[in-house]
Amino acid sequence: MDATTAETSLQWVPRRQHSWLGRLFDSKPFLVTLCMLPTAGLLLIFLTYPLGLGLWLSLTDTTIGQPGVYIGLENFESLFDDPVFWNAVWYTVFYTAIATAGKFLLGLWLALLLNHHLPFKAFIRAIVLLPWIVPTVLSSIAWWWIYDPQFSIISYVVVNVLHLRDHYFDFLGSPWPARWSLIVANIWRGIPFVAITLLAGLQTISPSLYEAALLDGATGWQKFRRITVPLLMPILSVALTLSVLFTFSDFQLVYAITRGGPFNSTHLMATLAFQRAIPGSQLGEGAAIAVSMIPFLLVATLVCFFGVGRRKWQQGSDND
Amino acid sequence: MTDVIADVAEELEEGLAASTKDAPEILTWDSRVRRTITIYIPLAIFVIVLLFPFYWMAITSVKPDYEMYDYKQYNPFWVHSPTLDNIRKLLFETEYPHWLLTTMGIATAATFLSVGASVLAAYAIERLRFKGAQHAGLAIYLAYLVPPTILFIPLATLIFQFGLFDSPVALILTYPTFLIPFCTWLLIGYFKSIPYELEECALIDGASRLQILRRITLPLAVPGLISAGIFAFTLSWNEFIYALAFIQSTEKKTVPVAILTELVTGDVYQWGSLMAGSLLGSVPVAIIYSFFVEYYVSSMTGAVKE
Repeated sequence: MDATTAETSLQWVPRRQHSWLGRLFDSKPFLVTLCMLPTAGLLLIFLTYPLGLGLWLSLTDTTIGQPGVYIGLENFESLFDDPVFWNAVWYTVFYTAIATAGKFLLGLWLALLLNHHLPFKAFIRAIVLLPWIVPTVLSSIAWWWIYDPQFSIISYVVVNVLHLRDHYFDFLGSPWPARWSLIVANIWRGIPFVAITLLAGLQTISPSLYEAALLDGATGWQKFRRITVPLLMPILSVALTLSVLFTFSDFQLVYAITRGGPFNSTHLMATLAFQRAIPGSQLGEGAAIAVSMIPFLLVATLVCFFGVGRRKWQQGSDND
Repeated sequence: MTDVIADVAEELEEGLAASTKDAPEILTWDSRVRRTITIYIPLAIFVIVLLFPFYWMAITSVKPDYEMYDYKQYNPFWVHSPTLDNIRKLLFETEYPHWLLTTMGIATAATFLSVGASVLAAYAIERLRFKGAQHAGLAIYLAYLVPPTILFIPLATLIFQFGLFDSPVALILTYPTFLIPFCTWLLIGYFKSIPYELEECALIDGASRLQILRRITLPLAVPGLISAGIFAFTLSWNEFIYALAFIQSTEKKTVPVAILTELVTGDVYQWGSLMAGSLLGSVPVAIIYSFFVEYYVSSMTGAVKE
């Protein structure tokens, strides 16, 4: 009895055939096409094509509601003689440089602080990220209120509590204070990203390296300079590239706080492009401004990525 | 000059000698003070500065008008008679609830669309290993580096041609341009961590590719899917420039755009309502984030490391 059951269970059962649908999905070329189709479709239609279309628009005199004709480089020529455009270019570079430097110095400092053993570390790490999570426009409105000419809380503290000045700051009323105010708000928003990213980098550095350095009699600064900085470089270069890219193409913060004013002094290239293209309805000119951001973005990306990331290859570290 | 240096050196030596003489006690006290000055005080300043705008937002949104503009009589850092007036005004006298719903709908739809497309793309690139998969991955990564600010003008003309201007569909279709690259990279990293052997076993047992994806890979990738979903949701909730450029009518605006264009009217700003609106608009993402903070941090740093 036992023998027969064993025999039947050993019988060869043909593999269950899949339906034609299953077989179709087993063919690799079909499956690859199917899987890549939504992504490729969306990105080609709404990213690659507009990129080309933007180049074309910048060579036309298109306005809203009226398809333009090819006018060659006329848009760029008129921009070349436009002081507002050059001011925007200059301020965009300045804004990116100062804000990035500020974000990385303060972010690195915060990351080093968070890398110590602390009570409530996870909690602190979580709340520190808030400026980065909250919609930029909404936190920018809070900054706008903090920079209010009459009811600024900073002015109140400096004038009425600390008595360091006798009149309130005019944060957003004149060009230079407005420029610096925007940079401060941008640094505030960018610190968490840099800090958390670099903290992750710091945590991958093996403590044994620091112990070895300690035995060799290295000072704190030497340890930082010779161990921490070189080992942070790979992640630093990626974070720097992303940060420069997104600071350079920033729009929300400036649009929410000053809209480019006073006297067009705080226009970034992105806000100027928006102002000329959508409210000003000069789509061609706006596209030309947006297109002139591309060379800057390319150079900045390449410099950050290769300039800073170079050490990684020199050391021949494994590429994860 | 040299005298001064000699003096300083002498003092230093004396100090050193003193500190080595009764070392243990001074060292512990010294290190505690040192730790406070170099770690706790800077950290406290960081936390206060990073959180102050939110505190200020919250406290302003519950202040009555007479307190908000009178720092002489009322301490501005505190609220003496809190009121929900600003929030009531926001919820019942503006279309704020409508904006919240619109934003939530758009963000949810864009999230599902992007995560769906990204799962398939990441699976194909990481698991099907077709010819050119590496290049496809690189192209998707490069797509992430194209900022929306250089795309919105041509996209606006495109949206107009498609007849989608002033329609939420325009946003649902354009948000994936920055969501898909991010989610795909996140998920490629996640798929890498799932052992290939599991799929091989299933293949030997006679499962079809589709069954493998549905029964083996996807269930194992759920944490990755969740973090991609949270990311996509917060990014679409925060998106501004496309929503500003493509949507015109008041009732279809998203929260960030609506607050800036609908609540800011004339020369007198209603700071109470503005702050209440900003606070309420931040709360959904903050809540989602607080539940998934660990996923969020690890996937963010993971995605950057790739």
